[in-house]
Amino acid sequence: MTVNEIVEGLNLSVFGGKKGLSREVTGGYISDLLSDVMGNASEGDIWATLQTHKNVMAVASLKEVAAVILVKGLIPDEDMLAQSNEEELPVLGTEMETFELAGKLYGLIKK
Amino acid sequence: MKFKYEIEGGNFSKAGNASSAVKKILKQLNVPPATIKKLVVALYEGEVNVVAHAWNGCIYVDIDPDRIFVTIEDEGPGIPDIGQAMQEGYSTASQAVREMGFGAGMGLSNMKKNADLLNIKSEVGKGTTVEITTLLK
Repeated sequence: MTVNEIVEGLNLSVFGGKKGLSREVTGGYISDLLSDVMGNASEGDIWATLQTHKNVMAVASLKEVAAVILVKGLIPDEDMLAQSNEEELPVLGTEMETFELAGKLYGLIKK
Repeated sequence: MKFKYEIEGGNFSKAGNASSAVKKILKQLNVPPATIKKLVVALYEGEVNVVAHAWNGCIYVDIDPDRIFVTIEDEGPGIPDIGQAMQEGYSTASQAVREMGFGAGMGLSNMKKNADLLNIKSEVGKGTTVEITTLLK
């Protein structure tokens, strides 16, 4: 499944990194602790968080996650957005809370 | 082959740049992806520790066919009790740093889990040196 299919399936907004929408998603990870993501997320995961700063992109890029989803209508800081575009690593958004998003994501990815 | 990268203490907007640069080089050198993934976790945690706690620091990377040897050296407050710092969940990070999602006390244990050898030396008021060895054979 591609990032774009998840965007369409869950009606997510695309803030940045549009060129990376064809990236393959192989799983998901949900955490707001960067060291937790660093230690436990896998390459190809789609990562949902409420953190909106540039360090999210540093972690996302080092771990090679497929994309980042910001929950609860949060929007990325400007420098986070800039790095998303630069690295072609999509930053997406939803009005959903993490619990609801996680359930829907799981249903889509594990189908 | 040896490389050196500088780390600016307190500057979170650059945190991860050195780790990212090292990762690129390891990829170019065809280091196995699983090895790169592990080392990058340890490196990033080390880099963030310098940014979060120290005044400035350097990452030295020394690569030979048998192993990658990384030294992260900083000038900073040092660690009074390394045993305590190694405990999962223990952190001295500021509230501001914690709100960013750092400072959960997972950094050093992430480093330990992802390094083949980890050695930490520290002098209070002077700084800390972390040595990470990743075996290639």
